[in-house]
Amino acid sequence: MQLTQSSVGRKIIMAVTGIVLVAFVCVHLLGNSSLFFGADAINAYAQKLHSLGPFVWVFRLVMLAAFAIHIVFGIQLTLENRAATPEANVQVKRLRTGFGAETMIISGLVLLAFVVYHLLHFTVRVTNPEIYVPLGSSGMVDVYVMMVKGFQSVLPVIIYLVGMAFLFLHVSHGFQSLFQTLGLSNDKSLPVMGTTSKLVGFVLLVGYISIPLLIVAGLFKI
Amino acid sequence: MKLKLHVWRQNGPNDKGRMEVYDAPDVSPDQSFLEMLDDVNLVLARQGKDVIAFDHDCREGICGMCSQVINGVPHGGQERTTVCQLHMREFKDGDEIFIEPWKARAFPVIKDLVVDRGGLEKIMQAGGYTSCHTGGVADGNALPIGKDIADYSMDAAECIGCGACVAACPNSSAMLYTSAKVAQLAVLPQGKVEAHRRVMAMTEAATEHGFGNCSNHYECQASCPKGIDVKFIAKLNREYMKALIP
Amino acid sequence: MILDGKCPTGPIETSWDRHRFESKLVNPSNKRKFKILCVGTGLAGGAAAASLGELGYNVHAFCYQDSARRAHSIAAQGGINAAKNYPNDGDSIYRLFYDTIKGGDFRAREADVWRLSQVSNNIIDQCVAQGVPFARDYAGYLDNRSFGGAQVSRTFFARGQTGQQLLLGAYSALSRQVKAGTVTLHERREMLDLVVVDGVARGITCRNMVTGAIESHWGDAVILATGGYVNVFYLSTNAMGCSVTAAWKAARKGAYMANPCYTQIHPTCIPQHGEHQSKLTLMSESLRNDGRCWVPKKVEDCERPPGQIAEEDRDYYLERKYPSFGNLAPRDIASRAAKEQCDDERGVGPGKRGVYLDFADSIKRLGEDTIRERYGNLFEMYEKITAENGYKQPMRIYPAPHYAMGGLWVDYNCMSNVPGLFVLGEANFSVHGANRLGASALMQGLADGYFVIPYTIAGYLATVKPGAVKDDHAEFKKSAEEVKANIDKLLSINGTKTPSEYHRELGKVMWEDVGMARSKESLEHALKRIPEIREEFWSNVKVVGSNDQFNQELENAGRLADFFEFAEILTKDALNREESCGGHFRTEHQTEDGEAMRNDEDFCYVAAWEFKGTGVEPELHKEPLKFENVKLAVRSYK
Repeated sequence: MQLTQSSVGRKIIMAVTGIVLVAFVCVHLLGNSSLFFGADAINAYAQKLHSLGPFVWVFRLVMLAAFAIHIVFGIQLTLENRAATPEANVQVKRLRTGFGAETMIISGLVLLAFVVYHLLHFTVRVTNPEIYVPLGSSGMVDVYVMMVKGFQSVLPVIIYLVGMAFLFLHVSHGFQSLFQTLGLSNDKSLPVMGTTSKLVGFVLLVGYISIPLLIVAGLFKI
Repeated sequence: MKLKLHVWRQNGPNDKGRMEVYDAPDVSPDQSFLEMLDDVNLVLARQGKDVIAFDHDCREGICGMCSQVINGVPHGGQERTTVCQLHMREFKDGDEIFIEPWKARAFPVIKDLVVDRGGLEKIMQAGGYTSCHTGGVADGNALPIGKDIADYSMDAAECIGCGACVAACPNSSAMLYTSAKVAQLAVLPQGKVEAHRRVMAMTEAATEHGFGNCSNHYECQASCPKGIDVKFIAKLNREYMKALIP
Repeated sequence: MILDGKCPTGPIETSWDRHRFESKLVNPSNKRKFKILCVGTGLAGGAAAASLGELGYNVHAFCYQDSARRAHSIAAQGGINAAKNYPNDGDSIYRLFYDTIKGGDFRAREADVWRLSQVSNNIIDQCVAQGVPFARDYAGYLDNRSFGGAQVSRTFFARGQTGQQLLLGAYSALSRQVKAGTVTLHERREMLDLVVVDGVARGITCRNMVTGAIESHWGDAVILATGGYVNVFYLSTNAMGCSVTAAWKAARKGAYMANPCYTQIHPTCIPQHGEHQSKLTLMSESLRNDGRCWVPKKVEDCERPPGQIAEEDRDYYLERKYPSFGNLAPRDIASRAAKEQCDDERGVGPGKRGVYLDFADSIKRLGEDTIRERYGNLFEMYEKITAENGYKQPMRIYPAPHYAMGGLWVDYNCMSNVPGLFVLGEANFSVHGANRLGASALMQGLADGYFVIPYTIAGYLATVKPGAVKDDHAEFKKSAEEVKANIDKLLSINGTKTPSEYHRELGKVMWEDVGMARSKESLEHALKRIPEIREEFWSNVKVVGSNDQFNQELENAGRLADFFEFAEILTKDALNREESCGGHFRTEHQTEDGEAMRNDEDFCYVAAWEFKGTGVEPELHKEPLKFENVKLAVRSYK
């Protein structure tokens, strides 16, 4: 009860689910990076994941739960914060917080929309059914082809660029924030974590957008 | 020097409030900000007009009474400085200055720049103490306390309870204020006894009295006139987790 | 009339213990039936309200600030004395007692001072238990320093914010009682009258400063812990809201005002910069440990930058006049010496009201880093206010009114001559005599609140019936009507000058004529001027706004009206006291070297004044002081 209803309790939940989500985006980026080792590498990676069977579903459920909890509490806390804050002063000057921190709810909601699109695009295969071709006779989709074809039209590329820009904003505040929330920071570590946080966000940004951009640049051929 | 002031005027809690413009025609750079306002009020009073109400008392930066947002920053943005210690030499001739009250749902305006900070009292009453009785306590030296711990405790104890942290917070959270007391007492052997109960009760009281949630903007530390560090919020979070998992 | 302080007789060492045993007690189950009103929530009031609430009394506490934590006790910097003798340097209860009596220039009651010294040790223990982060050494034990020229290290401190930390300790105890429901807090209330029924204090009338409502509160006892009155000088180190009002309202209802002429002027304050200044800021007098006071020898040098004045053209006046104590001469002596130099036209800075406090020699000897380590925060504060760098050029300092030793007369039980009215802390006159030692104000406030009043008030309450007179009594209505009439009068004058202008005018007279050095002539001049200004005030003051809302002009006007009446009594007391002692210096009574000359033969008494009406001669009551444990001696700092 304390954990799910109190101010600090929910903040801790935000941090813990945040860790799960950040860990996921990092691992996901590492997995995607196998694209750079060629079609076989990425397909082998996909096959490996596939072979895990029911574990994939356990993993997906955990991710979904973390994601849902993060969103629900995020919205709830933001609404409470809005309620605690009346109309702003005529002049407002912020001294330390940044654009990323002030727009967490916006970047968060954009990311939610992005994830929905991303799932429709590559997982549920709704938006672009034409990009799916079978990989040999295995019955599996050729992930390499899917990715390359998936980024050959402009709209998905733009959506991914925008989505990843918001991921950068979200992580650049969120990463250091979770350390503070979990009581893992002090006056010496906090500035370092602030920089690290931006760095993590930046690495994720560069890593993720490099794939569609390089595909657009024609680096990967089918 | 000559200044133009935009001041929030609100005639009581139910009035809507608005900015009004006043001239401060003859300001000495050696004056404090509040003395400059005194002069503006003197002119208003002589004209029979209602003076600008603002809280102030010690005028040496320790009582925590003064509470004005100046040009968008609580206490005016000079590092480790309350409004009453702010001097006019920080401004230039011809400057326009915006003066507004602390704004938070938990701080209803009483008049003009004066707000009701009763919520902060409630947080303290919820647990900002050790439950020792008058008399019947151990000798002061009975429990040695390391110098580093005493210093840490003192760093937190410097809070003057002005509420600038709440006013600066985009969420109107009182977490820095709460954490300063939680941290001060949690590290001392005298305060450890009730540490779990205290952190739960005080954070709960903050929510109950309309303060928002902390989302780590750190604006509070930036405008705190005593430079209370947000590391105490991290400490509060640790204490909270310890209380959750006893 | 000869007053009796009702001090216990017999050996002083056991006087407080015997008195506690002999005092009556209130049955635990009866305590909640007694309602106690406590006005003021500083060290004395906050500690008293918390302790009495804890004992089970029904306590109502009042303060004019928006929080009990903001009382001006919070501004004390230096520390708090206690006879713990932790450093093993020869301190004892007896030594603290002796030093306090001597420091007060033999004008305090022995028994009261003994009790203060005795309970001083309990205060430290209490504060530690509350979580007050006193300075500690590396072994983890409480650190001490020597303060205000004391020969032993008996001062406990929490950085430069000891007053703040002690007050927050008392405030935390108070908050705990509020939560427990034993104390009800009334913030933003100003006491505007004491309700006396058949000669007994039965309640107060106060104004709700937010709504303007006039409220009546009844109580079986009323405690005033409302601080000192040095804002009568207009510029002082007190907070803007500090006033004599609560004490004066009690005085108007028959409580005697004792020794009002004993005011302390602190030597190391930042000088006034101009006419529009609102208050003065104190810097810890520890600065004088390493700073040297000087002024130019020649009047024409005063306008030149200090660096251009040659060593031989500087007058290190304290070292010259007091070779053995030099710059560490006690507060009153250092203050007077600074004023003398400025009266001699050799002051420096704006208006030539300042003397230099020079650290150049210390910096040369110890290095800037050492000085920064010792006084960094004070140099920072100085620079914030003056924009001058104290490391590069000498600081400018000037004395400022700081503390009131005088106050309402109380007996050994801290009860005034009006039964049921108790007075604690700076608001009473009891322990500091004619001069207070550094780090003793905090000690007195907490001693009175935590360890004296809980015992002595029981002795009184045991003799009365709880709730015998409540706020439906006609006196309450009468009092509220009077208060209302007074407010209406202030609001209706609609003259041409604001309260602050009159306050400045009164302050000027008080500072010039009744300040650091007083003479028959100056005092008589003040006695002529004060009624003149007061009468002008009552016919020409302009108080804008209305009573039914937050109105600071009205608050100030009311406080000033009381200062006018009080100022006259202060001046009369100074005129009556034909001697120089402690903070009271009469130029007629000095030795050939300009030192204070006490007159123990004729003035070894407490002067308690009974108010007889505005403009009417007050009646003097005397309480003779007996010294059985300390021998009367002449203070010498040569």
